[in-house]
Amino acid sequence: MLNRQGRPSQAGEGASERHETFTGNRALQQIEPLIFEIGHHESTGVDIDKPAPFKNRLGKHARQGEIGLPGLSEPETMRHYVRLSQKNYGIDTGLFPLGSCTMKHNARLNEKVARLPGFSDVHPLQPVSTVPGALDVMLELAHYLMTLTGMPAVALSPKAGAHGEACGMMAIKAAIAAKGEGATRNVVLVPESAHGTNPATAALIGFSVKSVPARDDGTVAVEDVKALLGPDVAAIMLTNPNTCGIFEPQIVEIAAAMHEAGAYFYCDGANFNAIVGKARPGDLGVDAMHINLHKTFSTPHGGGGPGAGPVVLSERLAPYAPVPFIHVEGGKSRLVEHKADAPEGNDPFGRMTAFHGQMGMYVRALAYMLSHGSDGMKQASEDAVLNANYIRAGLADLMSLPFPDHPSMHEALFDDEWLKGTGVSTLDFAKAMIDEGYHPMTVYFPLVVHGAMLIEPTESESKASLDLFIATLRDLAIAAKGNDKSRFTAAPHHAPIRRLDETRAARQPVLKWEKPVPVKDAAE
Amino acid sequence: MRYLPLTETDREDMLARIGVPDVDALFSDVPNGKLLREPLDLPRAKGELEVERILGKLSAKNTAAGAVPFFVGAGAYKHHVPATVDHLIQRSEFLTSYTPYQPEIAQGTLQYLFEFQTQVAALTGMEVANASMYDGSTGTAEAVLMAHRVTRRRKAVLSGGLHPHYTQVVETLSEMASDEVVALKPDVRATEDILAAIDDSVSCVVVQSPDVFGNLRDLRPIADKAHAHGALLIAVFTEVVSLGAVTPPGAQDADIVVGEGQSIGNALNFGGPYVGLFAAKSKYIRQMPGRLCGETVDADGRRGFVLTLSTREQHIRRDKATSNICTNSGLCVLAFTIHMTLLGQAGLTRLAEVNHANAVKLADALAGVKGVEVVNESFFNEFTLKLSKPAAEVVEAMAAKGILAGVPASRLKPGAGLDDLLIVANTEVNTDEDRAAFARALTEVLA
Ligand SMILES: Cc1ncc(COP(=O)(O)O)c(C=O)c1O
Repeated sequence: MLNRQGRPSQAGEGASERHETFTGNRALQQIEPLIFEIGHHESTGVDIDKPAPFKNRLGKHARQGEIGLPGLSEPETMRHYVRLSQKNYGIDTGLFPLGSCTMKHNARLNEKVARLPGFSDVHPLQPVSTVPGALDVMLELAHYLMTLTGMPAVALSPKAGAHGEACGMMAIKAAIAAKGEGATRNVVLVPESAHGTNPATAALIGFSVKSVPARDDGTVAVEDVKALLGPDVAAIMLTNPNTCGIFEPQIVEIAAAMHEAGAYFYCDGANFNAIVGKARPGDLGVDAMHINLHKTFSTPHGGGGPGAGPVVLSERLAPYAPVPFIHVEGGKSRLVEHKADAPEGNDPFGRMTAFHGQMGMYVRALAYMLSHGSDGMKQASEDAVLNANYIRAGLADLMSLPFPDHPSMHEALFDDEWLKGTGVSTLDFAKAMIDEGYHPMTVYFPLVVHGAMLIEPTESESKASLDLFIATLRDLAIAAKGNDKSRFTAAPHHAPIRRLDETRAARQPVLKWEKPVPVKDAAE
Repeated sequence: MRYLPLTETDREDMLARIGVPDVDALFSDVPNGKLLREPLDLPRAKGELEVERILGKLSAKNTAAGAVPFFVGAGAYKHHVPATVDHLIQRSEFLTSYTPYQPEIAQGTLQYLFEFQTQVAALTGMEVANASMYDGSTGTAEAVLMAHRVTRRRKAVLSGGLHPHYTQVVETLSEMASDEVVALKPDVRATEDILAAIDDSVSCVVVQSPDVFGNLRDLRPIADKAHAHGALLIAVFTEVVSLGAVTPPGAQDADIVVGEGQSIGNALNFGGPYVGLFAAKSKYIRQMPGRLCGETVDADGRRGFVLTLSTREQHIRRDKATSNICTNSGLCVLAFTIHMTLLGQAGLTRLAEVNHANAVKLADALAGVKGVEVVNESFFNEFTLKLSKPAAEVVEAMAAKGILAGVPASRLKPGAGLDDLLIVANTEVNTDEDRAAFARALTEVLA
C-alpha cells in the first residue's frame, strides 16, 4: 500500500535546540583521529608483489626491528585526508587577505601543465641532451623575470624567498670579497619594519645587523640611512613596496647613497605584485631582489610551500651568480653545473641546492605569465592596488590607519589604536573574522605598528566580494566598539575547533604521536 | 582577462569611492619618471588553449623517465606514486591554503604535519622531526649549522661518500659564515678513514648512507668516536626508501638525520620541488631549524595542533633565529605523508625489498658485461660501475640508443679522477626487459 503521507517536510518540535552528538561529529565536520590511531601495522594501500627469492647485498646493514608505522587501505586513506582537508581554509574557500603573502587565485591550468611528463617526469641529472625543453622553460622564465624587473641577470635556483635572500646576500658578499673588502664590510642595514627573514638571512651569512629606525610615516628616510653608512656597511636590505604597504618614496636616493658608500642594495621583492609592469626595480638602483614565485606569480602556497625564490641581479653582481645556470652564447645554450665550467668573467660563489631549483614552480609561473601577458600583468597589479585602497577607503572611518599620508600599494595596514579601551585585541578581531567565514589578515606584522592588521586582498577579488568583506569588517568594528566583547574574546565560535592553547604546546612539546601506555601497565 | 574579476565599470566606481582620478594616482610615491606608462615588451595575454599548446610543445622536447628504460638516480629517484596522492594534494583546501598561522581553520594542514613528523621520526629512528626543509641538500647545510650551535665549534668533517652537490651546498654556506669544512676526497669504495679526521676541534661529522656511490656505511663507530670528542654525527640519505630495508641512523646513535624525501609521493620534477626530512635527538630540539607542529588542546579541551617552539624562528628571533627558513615544502610533505600512509611499514618494507631485488638482478646482469666492474660490496637500489670507457661518453651513447643509463660520477665532481664511474639506480619501476636492454646496449657501447 502506498504511503500517502510522504516524508515530513518541516522540522519537528525542538528544532532550534542544539544537541551533543554521539560521535562528537557535527554533520560535515568530522572528528578525525590520527593515522596511527586508525591504521594497522599489517595494513597497506599498495599492492606490490613479493620478489622471487634472491641473495641480498645489504651486508650487515639489513634492518632488524620493525619501523612502527601503520598503513591504511586506499579507501581509508582517501577518507582520512579528505576529512582533514575539510578543516582547512584556502583561497578557493574565500577571501584570504593575508598581507605580505599575496594569496591570489591559483589557476588549475598551471597545475595541469606542470604535470606534463616532459616537466614532472624528468630527472635533474639525465643527459642534458634529453631535456632541451626544460632548459627552454628556464630561459623563458628568466627572460620574463629580467624584463619585468629591468635587471640583466637572474639566479633561478633558490627554493623560496628566504633562500633567495641568502643567494642575493651571498652574491653581495662575494662581490665585496672580490674587491678585497671582505674583512671590513660586514654590517647590513635592516629597517625595523623588515620581515624576520631579512635579519635572519644577514646573520646566517655572517653579517651583523644594524637596525634602521622607522619614520613616523612608515617609510625609510635617506638621511637615516646615510647616518649609518660607513666603510663597514656591506648592504641594506629594504623591502619595496615596504611591509607597511607603501612604495618607498626615497628609494632612488637610498640606492644612490648605498652605491656612493661602496655598498649594495638588496631589495626584498615579496611585494612585487604591487608593481609588476608599473615600475622596474632595475630603474630604481636595486642590486639584487628575490621574487617569490608563490606570491606574485601564483604558484600555490600549498599549506606553506613549496615556493621558489629566483633572484634578479645587477650587472655588478651577475658574475657571482651560483651554479647551476644556463649560459647562452651565439644562440646556443649550455648548462653550467660547476665553477670550473663557468664562462670567462664569471666567478660563481657556489651552489644553493643539489639541483636546478624548483622546476615545477617555474612551469606554473611561466603559465601564469603567458596567460596574463604584459597587459594582463600590469592590469593585475593595478587591480591589486585598487582593491587594497578600496578596502582602506571603506574602513578608514572606523579603523585607524597608522600611515594615512601615503596611498597604500597592494595591501592596507591598520593598527589597533581604534580598539583602545574596547577590551578587544587584534587577535580577538582576527578570530571573529573566522566566524564570519574569512581568513584573517596578517596580524602583528610589521612589528613597527602596534597590533598591526595587514590586509592584502589581491587582484583576484570581485567588487561584490570586496563590498561584502568591507561590510563585514564594518559590522565587526562597530560591534567591537559597542561592547559586544564576547563575540571577539571567545571567538572563533563556529570553527571546527576553538582557540588553541599555544602556551601549553610550547611548554610541554608533544611533537609526534606516541603509543598510549595501557592504563593497566601505567598503574603498575 | 579570465583571472581578473573587476569590470571597467567596477574600476571607475572604486576609484570614485577612493577619491582619485585614475589608478596611477595611487602610485604617486613612485619617483618621478620611474612609473611605466606602457606594458613592457612581452607577449600579450593568451587563452588556456594557446598556453597549453606552447608548454605542451616544450614538454614534448624532453625525454620523460617513464618513456624509456630509466636508471638515473644520484639524489633523485623515479618511483611509482599511487594516483590517490596526486588527487588528494590537489584538493583546494590543501593546495590553496597557507602556513597554518590561524590554527582554528588550518587543522587539516597541522594534523598532516604532525603525522609527517611522526612518520619521519619512526623511519629514521629518531626522537623528533621537523615539518620539512626545502630538500636534502639545504637540510644538510642547516644540520651543520645546528651542530655548530650545539657544540659551539665551527668545523665540519664531510665524508667522501656525501653527494658532491650536498658537499658544495655545505661548503658554500660555511664559507660565507667563515666556518671550517674538511671535505674528504671522493670515496668510491667506502674505505676512507674518517675516524682519523675526528678530534676535539670538530663540531660534526657528516656521513651519507647509502652513500652517493650506493655503498651502505656503518655509522655506529663514527658516532662513537664523534661522541668521545664532543662532536655530533649527522647522518644523510638521499633515498628514503632505503629505510625500509636498512638499519636506520637513529639505531646507530646519529644525533641529527637529514634526508631527501622526494622518493615518497613526489615526482622527479627536474630537481624540485622536493622535501627535506630533518630529525634529531630531542635534547637538541631548541636548536633545530624550521617549523615544528605540536599537540595541544582547545578551549573545550579537545585535541588540536599548532605550530610551536617558534621562538627559534626568524619571525620572532630575527637575527638570532636558528634558520632563515620560512616557506618550506608544505604540499610535498602532504604527498609524502599520504604515500607513506598508503604504504605503511608493510608496504614500505615490500617496496624496499623489490627495489633491492631489482638492483641485485641488474648488478648481476651487468657484472657479466665485458669492461664492467661493480665496485660495491653492499648496496640498496643503487651502485657504481667502473667502466672501460669514460662514463660520460657511455651515457651519451646509451641515450642515443634510447636508454637513460645513470649518472657519470664526473658530472657530479669533474676533475676528481672519477671519469670511468657510472652511478646506476634501479627501482620498482624497472622491468626485466629494461634490465636486459641495458645489458645489451652496454655490451654494444663498450665493445
Ligand atoms: C616581506 C617578506 N620577505 C620575505 C619573505 C620570505 O619568503 P619565503 O616565505 O618565500 O621564504 C616573506 C614571506 O613569507 C615576506 O612576506
